[in-house]
Order: sequence, then C-alpha cells, then structure tokens
Amino acid sequence: MSAFANSLASAAVVVTVGAVVVLWRHRLRSIVAALSVQGVALAATAALLGIHEHDRGLLAVAGLVLLVKAAVVPGLLARVVAANPGARESDPLVNVPASLVVAGLLTLGAFVAARPIVALVGGPTGRLVPLGLATVLIGFFAMVARRRAMSQVVGLLLVDNGIALVAFLVTSGVPVIVEFGSTLDVLFGVVVLRVLLARLSAAGFSDLDQLRSLHD
Amino acid sequence: MVYWLFLAPLVAGLVAMLSPWRPAVAWLGATSALVVLVLGVGLAVRVEHSGPIGSGVLRVDALAAFLVIVIGAVSLLATVRSVSYLSNEVQAGHSTLRHAALYSTLVQGFIAAMVLAVVANNLGVLWVAIEATTVVTTFLVGHHRTPAALEASWKYIIICSVGIAVAFLGTTVLYLAGVHAHVANPLDFTSLAAHAALLNAPVVRLAFTLIVFGYGTKAGLVPLFSWLPDAHGQAPAPVSALMSGVLLSVALSAILRLRVIAVSTLGPTFPRVLLLAIGIATLVVAAVMLLAQRDLKRLLAYSSMEHMGIMTVAAGVGGPLALSGVLLHILGHGLVKGVLFLDAGEVLRLEGTTRIARLGGLLARRPALGAILAIGLAGLLGLPPFSIFVSELTMLRAEAGAGLWWVAAVVLGVLAIILAAILAHGRTMLLGPSEQSTRSPVSLVAPLGVALGAAVWFGLVAWPLAHLLSLAAGIVA
Repeated sequence: MSAFANSLASAAVVVTVGAVVVLWRHRLRSIVAALSVQGVALAATAALLGIHEHDRGLLAVAGLVLLVKAAVVPGLLARVVAANPGARESDPLVNVPASLVVAGLLTLGAFVAARPIVALVGGPTGRLVPLGLATVLIGFFAMVARRRAMSQVVGLLLVDNGIALVAFLVTSGVPVIVEFGSTLDVLFGVVVLRVLLARLSAAGFSDLDQLRSLHD
Repeated sequence: MVYWLFLAPLVAGLVAMLSPWRPAVAWLGATSALVVLVLGVGLAVRVEHSGPIGSGVLRVDALAAFLVIVIGAVSLLATVRSVSYLSNEVQAGHSTLRHAALYSTLVQGFIAAMVLAVVANNLGVLWVAIEATTVVTTFLVGHHRTPAALEASWKYIIICSVGIAVAFLGTTVLYLAGVHAHVANPLDFTSLAAHAALLNAPVVRLAFTLIVFGYGTKAGLVPLFSWLPDAHGQAPAPVSALMSGVLLSVALSAILRLRVIAVSTLGPTFPRVLLLAIGIATLVVAAVMLLAQRDLKRLLAYSSMEHMGIMTVAAGVGGPLALSGVLLHILGHGLVKGVLFLDAGEVLRLEGTTRIARLGGLLARRPALGAILAIGLAGLLGLPPFSIFVSELTMLRAEAGAGLWWVAAVVLGVLAIILAAILAHGRTMLLGPSEQSTRSPVSLVAPLGVALGAAVWFGLVAWPLAHLLSLAAGIVA
C-alpha cells in the first residue's frame, strides 16, 4: 500500500476508534477529548485527500473542519463540562461491556450495508467507507443508550463526524460550498444545543429521565 | 426576481433584531409575509406564461411557485396573528421585549429558510435550508421557557438533527451516484433528473431510502416522529401554525422531488413500496394516538401526521392525478391547520388550558372561538365543501385507478376511525352548557374566517390555481 493509502486508513480508523472510546469512557471530559481527536483525524482525512488530488478547496475545508470539529465544538462542550467537574455518565441504560459488543456488531453491519458504495467507489478510499458508516451507527447507539443530555449531543456529533468521513471518502467531499454550509450548520446546531443545555441545567435537569412531562 | 423573495424577510428580520420591539415591528413582519405571497403569485403567473425561471442553484418552476404561495399565505395568517399574540404576551408579562424581538426575528428567518428550501434546485442548498429551519425554530418552540417547552425544544432539535444528518448521508450517496454517471452537475435536481436512467441502481436505492427517512423525520413520518406532538403542542400558536401548516409540507416536497429521480432510475416498484409502507404506518400511528388524545394542541399535531401519511401514500402511488391531489391537499391542510392552531392558541390564552375534557361548553361560552374550531375540524376531516374533501377524493380515485384498491380501502378505513375519534373529541369540547358568553374581537375572527373561506373556495372552484396545480403535479408525477 502506498503511503497515501496507509495514512488515509489510519486517519479513518482513528475516527471509528474515537467513537468506540466515547462508548467506553464514563468521564465526560474524556469523551470530549475523544471527540476532539476525532475532529483532528477527520481534518487529516480531508487534508490527505486534498493533497492527493491537488484540490485547494478541500484543503480549505480541512482547515475549517479542524477549527470547528477539533477546537470550537469540543471547546463549547468542555465549558459545559467545566461547569460541573468530574461529571460522569451515570448508570447508562446499556453497560460498557455490552455497549462494546454492540459497537462490534454495528461495525459488522456497516460493512454489509456499505457494499454497494464500496463496489462503486473501489480503491483505497472506497474500502474505508464502512468505517464512516460504523461511526454513524455507533453514534445512533450512543444516543439511545445514554441518559445524560450531554451524551446525546456527543452521540449526535459522532453521527455527524461519521457522515463527514463518508462524504470525504466517497466523493472527496461534496462540493466545497456544501461542505462549508454543512460544517457551519453543525456549529450553529451545537451553539443552539449549548444554550439549551445551559437552560436545562438552570431548570435543574441533567438526566433525560427527568424530562418526562410530555407524553400522551 | 427569485432573489427578491428573500429581501422582505431579511429587512423585517433585521428591523426586529435591531430596533426595540413594538407592535409596528410585528406588523412589518406580516407585511413581509404579504410580500412573499404577492411575489409567489407573480412568479406563478410568469412560470405559467413562459416556463421555469432561473437556473443553477435557485430555480422557480410551477411546483416551487405553488409552494411559495402556500408558504406566503400561511405565513401571512400566522404573522398577522403574531401581532396580538406578542402584544398580549408582553402586556401580561409572559414575555420581555427582548424575547418578543427574538421571536419576530426568528419567524422571518424561518419564512426565508422555507422559501429557500422550495426554490433550491441544488440538493446541498436544499439540505442547508431544511437544517436552517430546525436551528431557527428550536428557540421558537422553546419561546415560553417553561420546563415543558424546554423539553419539547430539546427533543425537537436532537431528533430532527438525527433525521437531517441521515438526509445529508443520503444526499452524499446520491451525489456519488451522479459523479460516477458523469452527470455535469451531480447535485442539481434538473441534471440528476435528466440523467437518472444512467445512475447506479443499488446506490440510488440506498440514497433514496436514507433521504426518505431523513427528510421524513422533518415531515413527521414514521419512525422518527416523537418530537412532533411535543414541539407542535408547546410552540406559540402562530409558530405551531407555521410548523404544522407548511414546514411539514416543505420537507415532504423534498421527498416528492427526489422520488422522481428514484423512479427514473429504479422503476416505480421500490419507491412505491417504501412510501406506501411509511405512509400507512404513519396513518395508523396517528389514528391510534388521536383515539385516546386528551389535549387539543396535541390532537391537531397528530392530525398533521395523519395528513402527511395520506399524502405520502398518494405520492407512493404516483401519477399526475395522485400528485395533483397531494398538492391541493398541501394548500388545504396548510390553511385549515393554521386556523385551528391559531384558534387553539386563543383558547389556551383565554381558558388557561387545552385539555379536551376541561373545554366543555366552548361553543356556548366563546361562540366565535367555538364556531371556528367546529368549522375547522369539519374542514380537517375532509367534509365538503372544504378543499380537503376534494383532494382526499382525488387521491383515493388515483389509488383505485392505479389498481391499488387495497390501499384506498386501508386509507378509507383509517380515515373513518379518525373521523369518529375527532367527532367525539369535538363534541366533548364544543357542546355543553355555559353560564356566560363572551364575544371575540373582529381582529381575531376576520383573518381566521378569510383563511377558512379560502379553503372552501379552492374546494369549490379551482380558479385561479388549476393550471398551476396541474403544471406542478406534472413535475413530480
């Protein structure tokens, strides 16, 4: 394998492993750190593809991804965590060993579901698409298996990073303008979520189990 | 002319953001909605006369012009009512001037994002616009800042963000199919539709499935619908009117446009099976939740799911007749549901509750509010002469005409259950004695009455929309 293929594969693997770390660790601070590392790996993926294909737009996207997903978004979340230090994912609905088994099964599922894409794209990039899809699925799982409002935001960001990885791998990024738009949308979304998180904790809610007033 | 659509919401939004809030600011917001409506009519006339306007990223065809008219009409209704809604809130001390200003700004952003979503000819721009509606409306849902409103806005943004992320994945996968088929602009609806036969079928199948689930979340379709009754129930009444009346249909229209590409690549069977399954499941869920409903606003929210289900089923059947039914239904449902949410908002303000069991005797106590509720519910149930009667009949005829008798039978059966459920709830709320009777101001009754009148008009006489509707249905048939 070429150096390009090797580095690309390493970056993609780091993204997926980052998702597994989120399921594995209890402390919110470690979880935010894992997200930040994932952001760096994602930016590296975009940069590698940009260099390989001599695409300046993609390099700009890599810079934006690095700024937003490795620095700004984890920074926003870190400030929420700093408000209550030592915060942990208390008592998840699915315990850690079982979560890791589920993550393994989801990764297998991703390899099956991605077959049409792998067949169409091929090459060193196409082979890595299942890793992006696995990150998406692990993110969904983190959202349903965790109780803290914060963990749901983290799960959502995992889904988002997984999708960004798929987008970079299959098309070297959809057109730059769309990548910019979607990355900025993620940023706005996180800002909105952060405001809501602050209002939730001001109202005395941290656990989603306490959010049960609306039902039929 | 296309870019002018965004000027009025931009100006009204900026004024609301920068100047201290007063009723004049809210009236400016209503003027902006009127401008959108008038421009929509102007665009429709031009499109009917000389074909689609614009190319590239923004493009107004008959469908886009029709949807701009629907957005303009329901927005006009909602923003006119927002004036007294906000004035009352501020006077009662429920809302600070700053919150009222934020509300006015966000509503303009909401209208602009919906207009962008329907005139986008680019899948990426469409996605950004629909995502923007989520970001903008989250704070509108949480406007009351009660714990319940907070819970509703949390669920809303989390679940809709998941849906929108799935739609982005679907968009990327479709783009991949376009790139590999050497389509010139693989994110353009028009280029993709023109070259759909060349696309890789398994990849398009995956993309269409992801897009239906993704945008289906924003349209209130099964399986990710649980945000809908909470958000529509907790949002301020004019916002609920906009969300239920048009935002759901805007998301559905994205599915309608992408279905055309899926059908050209995959043939009719796969899209039909997928949409029929999701549509019927949505209808059944809505019917079950309507039967045991205890709250008026949640009743209206689940009824929106019902109508989205009906339209999804008809879209699954396909063909010009079914789609003209769907589009007329979008208009009729938008008007009637907008009126009902605004009426429910007044009921909540005056009665302090929307619990169905506690509203008994509404017709005697507040004759105007009660009568609007009664007439609106009749329109919603598809009783003649409302346009929903005509559009439902059209969709059922199309289903039977396509040989899908069982689909028409299932839809009719579920509609009969829903009719019984809503009639029973309506009786509980409307009938019964009351000691006093209060009149409602003309400023409330007049706009709601005009909107209900329009919903009847388009049921009886299709003029002047008939030609536009058939052109628009042709695009997504």
